Amino acid sequence: MKKRLKKGWPMYLMLLPGIIVTFIFSYIPLYGLVIAFQDYNPALGFSSPWVGFKNFEFVFSQPNFIRTIWNTLYMSVMKILGSIAVSVVFALLLNEIGSRFAKRVFQTLIYIPNFMSWVILAGIMMDLLTSNGPVNQLLSFLKLPVVNFLGDTKVFPWTMIVTSIWQGFGFGTVVYLAALTGIDPELYDSAKVDGAKRMKQLRYITLPLLFPTIILMLILALGGVMNAGFDQIFNLYSPVVYSSGDIIDTYVYRLGIDQAQYSVATAVGLFKSLVSCVLVILSYILADKVANYRVF
Amino acid sequence: MRKTGISRKIFIVCNYCIFIIVCLSCMLPFIHLLALSLSGSTAAAAGEVLFWPVDFTLYSYEFAIKGGKFLRALWNSIKLVGLGTLVNLILMLLTAYPLSKSKDQLAGRNIIMGYFVLTMLIGGGMIPTYLVVVRAGLKNSIWALILPGALSVYNMIILMNFIRNLPPELQEAARIDGAGELQVLVRVMVPLLKPSLATVGLFSIIGHWNNWFGGIIYMDDTARYPLATYLQSLLRDFETLLRTAGTDYAALIGQMNAQTGRAAQLFLGALPIMLVYPFLQKYFTTGLTLGSVKG
Repeated sequence: MKKRLKKGWPMYLMLLPGIIVTFIFSYIPLYGLVIAFQDYNPALGFSSPWVGFKNFEFVFSQPNFIRTIWNTLYMSVMKILGSIAVSVVFALLLNEIGSRFAKRVFQTLIYIPNFMSWVILAGIMMDLLTSNGPVNQLLSFLKLPVVNFLGDTKVFPWTMIVTSIWQGFGFGTVVYLAALTGIDPELYDSAKVDGAKRMKQLRYITLPLLFPTIILMLILALGGVMNAGFDQIFNLYSPVVYSSGDIIDTYVYRLGIDQAQYSVATAVGLFKSLVSCVLVILSYILADKVANYRVF
Repeated sequence: MRKTGISRKIFIVCNYCIFIIVCLSCMLPFIHLLALSLSGSTAAAAGEVLFWPVDFTLYSYEFAIKGGKFLRALWNSIKLVGLGTLVNLILMLLTAYPLSKSKDQLAGRNIIMGYFVLTMLIGGGMIPTYLVVVRAGLKNSIWALILPGALSVYNMIILMNFIRNLPPELQEAARIDGAGELQVLVRVMVPLLKPSLATVGLFSIIGHWNNWFGGIIYMDDTARYPLATYLQSLLRDFETLLRTAGTDYAALIGQMNAQTGRAAQLFLGALPIMLVYPFLQKYFTTGLTLGSVKG
């Protein structure tokens, strides 16, 4: 043991910077969660006076906060389900494209939005979705009423869900396409010999073999259910749509950074982290049990 | 050859049409942005601009280059991307290499691994991290945007697995020649890991380029904003920028409005990614499939 330690010292030296950075910026903030049970005072830092569960009681008595939990879950569940459905459909369709060149071009184009920040995308959305923007012009051309996509509380969550799926489906498509290319072509050959038509092949070969990947993606997404897309919503929402568009993260931001109510905001963050943590562990266990997939 | 039935032909045609429409839906928003940025202010305000500039003008770009704080923010971003990516890669290599050893080769390896993995499961969240960064005296420093995310444990694990899959003889050979561990890492590992480093580095570059939030919370002075943060501030306050631009730009401002001016600067912000994307597409795809295990 001693000998190994001694021989390994350059290794430990290499690990040191990473250990220090992780300690300062991951473990100290983790300890900093104690301020959720304190009345934070900048002069005292993380050893401010203890107040027990007061911050939690305060925040859970706020109707605005309960609303953000519902908004978060609603939008993120819809985004997860929607993006899985859309990605699977496009992967299946893309798989049917014979030309390798066309396949590559389509793949390339559909996941460009993935790499754009929501600042730029939000700027574009604002222009596209204004009352006289291209989308509403199309709607009036089709004799449909003009929609206030970013200012109507009923429409806003769906604007977020659809634009988020639009931004992210290219990624899912690539993942599912990879799974589809992994299917043994002999299966299809023998199905053809047995006289199975394309729809039958889809139903009895493709979908069952794609199923584990779908389940895996679903389970892995579970850990992110408490994140409904801060970057997107922060850049597109406004006080008008708080009732349906405000999510936990934006609420924490306004409370903590804007109003400097550090303790209350941390209490909300802690609540969110705990739920997320349980979900992450649960999803890792599920991923192992159901899809036989180990993250580590 | 299998004969193609009529219904199959119809399907193939429809399929191509669907993908052309879908790809257009991914491209047209950016084309609209470009068209808007090249259009005159009255046409833009009237909603006449779709996917082709109306009353073509370059005033919005002239304003971006001369009038605003665009170039300064761009320079801040270039520094951030360069320095940040370098720190990310170095820290990741230094951590991944020792952890690629087994626990028999490196005492305490599993404990150290656990130390890093734990941070993937639980974290302090927005406010405690903010308070720590501020207390560390990093407010208004570029390091506030680099250090908190300097080591991506997730990417480090991917790299570690790459190292583990390399034949161990390569390391042994170098060690017999008398190379120290750091030399093995730099001379043997880094060249072998080039493709994966390129992928991870690319994602790190994009991450820093797109990081707008750090600038908002850690920079008091807008002069220190990286480009993404500066662009974010435009989303709400372009009118202010126009008003404070000064009399020298009065002529320019007459020719553009918030919409076209903002479009030009957003387009310039999106341009680098669009330019490198086709050339580095290979690395983007590898990254995405690597990313498919991400939680």
